[in-house]
Amino acid sequence: MELSVNHLLGIKYITEADIQLIFETADHFKEVINRPIKKVPSLRDITIANLFFENSTRTKLSFELAEKRLSADVINFASSSSSVSKGETLIDTVNNILSMKVDMVVMRHPNPGAGVFLSKHVKASIVNAGDGAHEHPTQALLDTYSIREKLGDVAGKKVVIIGDILHSRVALSNIFALQKLGALVKVCGPKTLMPKFIDKLGVSFEPKLRKALEWCDVANMLRVQNERMDISYFPTTREYTQQFGLNKALLDSLSKEIVVMHPGPINRGVEITSDVADSKQSIILEQVQNGVAIRMAVIYLLASKIKHNED
Amino acid sequence: MSQKVLLNATEINIALNRLACQLIENHDDFSNTVLIGLQPRGVFLAERLKTLLEEEYDIENIKLGYLDITFYRDDFRRSNKPLEANKTSIIFIVEDKRVVFIDDVLFTGRSIRSALTAIQSFGRPLEIELLTLIDRRFSRHLPIQPDYRGRQVDAIDGEKVRVSWKENDGEDAVYLVKN
Repeated sequence: MELSVNHLLGIKYITEADIQLIFETADHFKEVINRPIKKVPSLRDITIANLFFENSTRTKLSFELAEKRLSADVINFASSSSSVSKGETLIDTVNNILSMKVDMVVMRHPNPGAGVFLSKHVKASIVNAGDGAHEHPTQALLDTYSIREKLGDVAGKKVVIIGDILHSRVALSNIFALQKLGALVKVCGPKTLMPKFIDKLGVSFEPKLRKALEWCDVANMLRVQNERMDISYFPTTREYTQQFGLNKALLDSLSKEIVVMHPGPINRGVEITSDVADSKQSIILEQVQNGVAIRMAVIYLLASKIKHNED
Repeated sequence: MSQKVLLNATEINIALNRLACQLIENHDDFSNTVLIGLQPRGVFLAERLKTLLEEEYDIENIKLGYLDITFYRDDFRRSNKPLEANKTSIIFIVEDKRVVFIDDVLFTGRSIRSALTAIQSFGRPLEIELLTLIDRRFSRHLPIQPDYRGRQVDAIDGEKVRVSWKENDGEDAVYLVKN
């Protein structure tokens, strides 16, 4: 088995079989990263550039760790300290980096579609690590992988994504991944933070948090992205918390035990209270651990498609 | 395609018993020894030997693990077929243990080279030995030889040695397959 694509640009562009292959490969890497020596030599002749045109802590560290655990050579780039501020175009920046014999590019960019654009113009495997409000495929893969690990399967499970769906690439990628794997998806949050044509994706909107939670097996709490909000989408943070924040009393009052997820970084006390984030029902830290295994799997499978004699 | 029987079920059984006895000669009660079946095809032989040692020779608590070498192979991105990984399961400590690698056929020696690297991730063994059911002579790419062998076979490059096991393939037999 191999992936049907040469780049991971979004969940939209891959098949269910691709996702299952990534999961099976991640199972093996999860075993690897729990060994006394957590490193395999597979990618020792591959060089990967991490291009982050937007801030990131967790995703960047997770990718870098995954690359190093596969023995790839890694170069890092952050736009704040680069020539991008001198006016260089994206294609020029990347081609300059590729001329130093780089095989794969992991890129985060504030513009939606930056990865797709780049894949058409440069000769390297592209992994999208988040492009604006478009997609964040590895996050969706690790989220669904964590659900599979916790509940045994994704198919048939009911998942509600709560919060700022409008600005969230995590939400869009998750909706695609969950639907490809056969889960049922609802979204919940302030009406102002819902995309206009959300029903076109086959997702229903539930305005009441309690009803959404009563329905679901898994609740994925998104972060309130203050930095992306150019206008006021809800009156106050306090009001958001009262209507859409998950607290322990609400969680305990539900008729069944649900799984709580959060892609991080958490605004403790806004979308989720500390006691919920740290509770037994939360799999937030498992998500982070699975992120490394999933990214190892994605990079390994894409690298296996870069043939040695094409170097 | 034609094939010739190299070993039948009785001959395999005799070879397994001899290999088990040779292991006992060197490893006594196996208290400091671990058996490692190499994925995918070495695990059947390893399981057979473990059962034989326990049931026929009354040796208890034999430690058996499975090692997958996919991520350590030297032909990543060089072969046309994608490499498929199998499960690794080593639930004991390898540090300072006497390790016996078990595989069905020793051919070029490249997978054993990979296994030697892979096992290092679990610690530093005291020593490593190699047991194979079939040793294909004159086909080595690396200076690797088995410590225990069931049968030595001369096969030319176009030929393939196929080991089938009752539990997986329906019968115990070793074939030389010509294309």
